[in-house]
Amino acid sequence: MSTEDAPGPFDLDSAWRLDERVSVRPERFGALLYHFGTRRLSFLKSRILLDVVRGLAEQPSARAACVSAGVPSGELPRYRAALAALAASKMIHQRSL
Amino acid sequence: MSLVDRGRAAGKALVEEFELGLDAPICLTWELTYACNLSCVHCLSSSGRRDPGELSAAECRDLVDEFERMQIFYVNIGGGEPTVRPDFWELVDYATAHHVGVKFSTNGINITDETARWLAASDYVDVQISLDGATADVNDRVRGPGSYRTAVRAMERLAAAGFAGFKVSVVVTRDNAGQLDAFEAIAERYGAQLRLTRLRPAGRGADVWDRLHPTAAQQRVLYDWLVEHGERVLTGDSFFHLAGYGGSLPGLNLCGAGRVVCLVDPVGDVYACPFAIHDSFLAGNIRQAGGFAEVWRSSRLFAELRRPSGGGACTACSAYDACRGGCMAAKFFTGLPLDGPDPECVRGHGQTALTMVAPGSVPRPSPDHSHRAGPVPVTIGRHRPPAERACDDSPLAGFTPTGR
Repeated sequence: MSTEDAPGPFDLDSAWRLDERVSVRPERFGALLYHFGTRRLSFLKSRILLDVVRGLAEQPSARAACVSAGVPSGELPRYRAALAALAASKMIHQRSL
Repeated sequence: MSLVDRGRAAGKALVEEFELGLDAPICLTWELTYACNLSCVHCLSSSGRRDPGELSAAECRDLVDEFERMQIFYVNIGGGEPTVRPDFWELVDYATAHHVGVKFSTNGINITDETARWLAASDYVDVQISLDGATADVNDRVRGPGSYRTAVRAMERLAAAGFAGFKVSVVVTRDNAGQLDAFEAIAERYGAQLRLTRLRPAGRGADVWDRLHPTAAQQRVLYDWLVEHGERVLTGDSFFHLAGYGGSLPGLNLCGAGRVVCLVDPVGDVYACPFAIHDSFLAGNIRQAGGFAEVWRSSRLFAELRRPSGGGACTACSAYDACRGGCMAAKFFTGLPLDGPDPECVRGHGQTALTMVAPGSVPRPSPDHSHRAGPVPVTIGRHRPPAERACDDSPLAGFTPTGR
């Protein structure tokens, strides 16, 4: 089963954060994410997505994190899909403001 | 193109990135000692006796610190039998406290009720019990008398302690290839997950490979079985040479040697992969200036492995995109050219190539720590242990979610 491009429900206007058991390692192509609890690895394939993920905790919404990382508005659906995939694998969680 | 790839389903573009190497390994195998209570005939590291030059506890802790700085999330610890080191449990504790997860391979000898409970209580430690036969007779022929009983006792204890999803790790051989369903049943009985890896002609395995590697017919059955079982069964990316049959198996499907994986041996030598313990694949030593990071980033050998390479004789083959020419170590230790077919090439090119290898030209595995005396199971030579290297093979070994 792959979560790639999983359109799953993802609320761009909610506030999100990285799971505290996830470690992030930047790489040339983007980043590696490793979840110590699920022992699962994910690959972020863009540095912008890395900035989005890093910005989640400080921004009031995932949409704001995308804007702040410089995601062009036309690209938003791809980033939304990527965030949905990360949420499906429990790398990121919704948080209350 | 999606912006996120899951570990076991990396896209092609990403695999091409990986071939150029990463800032740090995704997965690293660390063999803590050459000492072992067993003498398995296929031991990849020819283990048995401790080497006097093995890293001290302090050096091991320094290395963990370095792994933490490099953000190596996870190490696969093996040996030898790693648990025979008196400082083993302390070191596991130290690693997990420093954000370096541990999966260790063991033959089960030191899994007591107490250690089983301790392991079950940690989120950051995973255990892999080596078992090479679903029955005692098949297992003990390879791993030595009593080893089946030891493994079963360890699995019973882990299950009783509530350790869900530990791994039962099997090297597929000609003798056990017909037991795949039985292995799965064993894993299920203990709430564990089955992991199958490839027999490599490395270490003492070089002496038994001809006799023990699966036949072509068994390989085909194995491939179909793996396809059918999907991600339920782990393979550590072991069988990417079988992708030539058709679709890829879950995993990265590339040779990660020196690119996304490597091996640190008990004396601190860094090799390109756990199956390539030979001077030709020695990149450096962690005791040299700059430590492990310097070896990983700057060794000449690794730079060479990360250069895009052609597939040599294989590029004309329609399966090349799928199998990528197979396993470097398997070719090396059977005397085949590294840019030619894998000895177990599913199209049969390896078999043909093997007939042309000049007798006496096959490289011998380098260091031998085998016990000097003692039981000599099945083959020529003496045999000792392995707790096989865990990363066994692949960048992805380890990174698989339990319970999927």
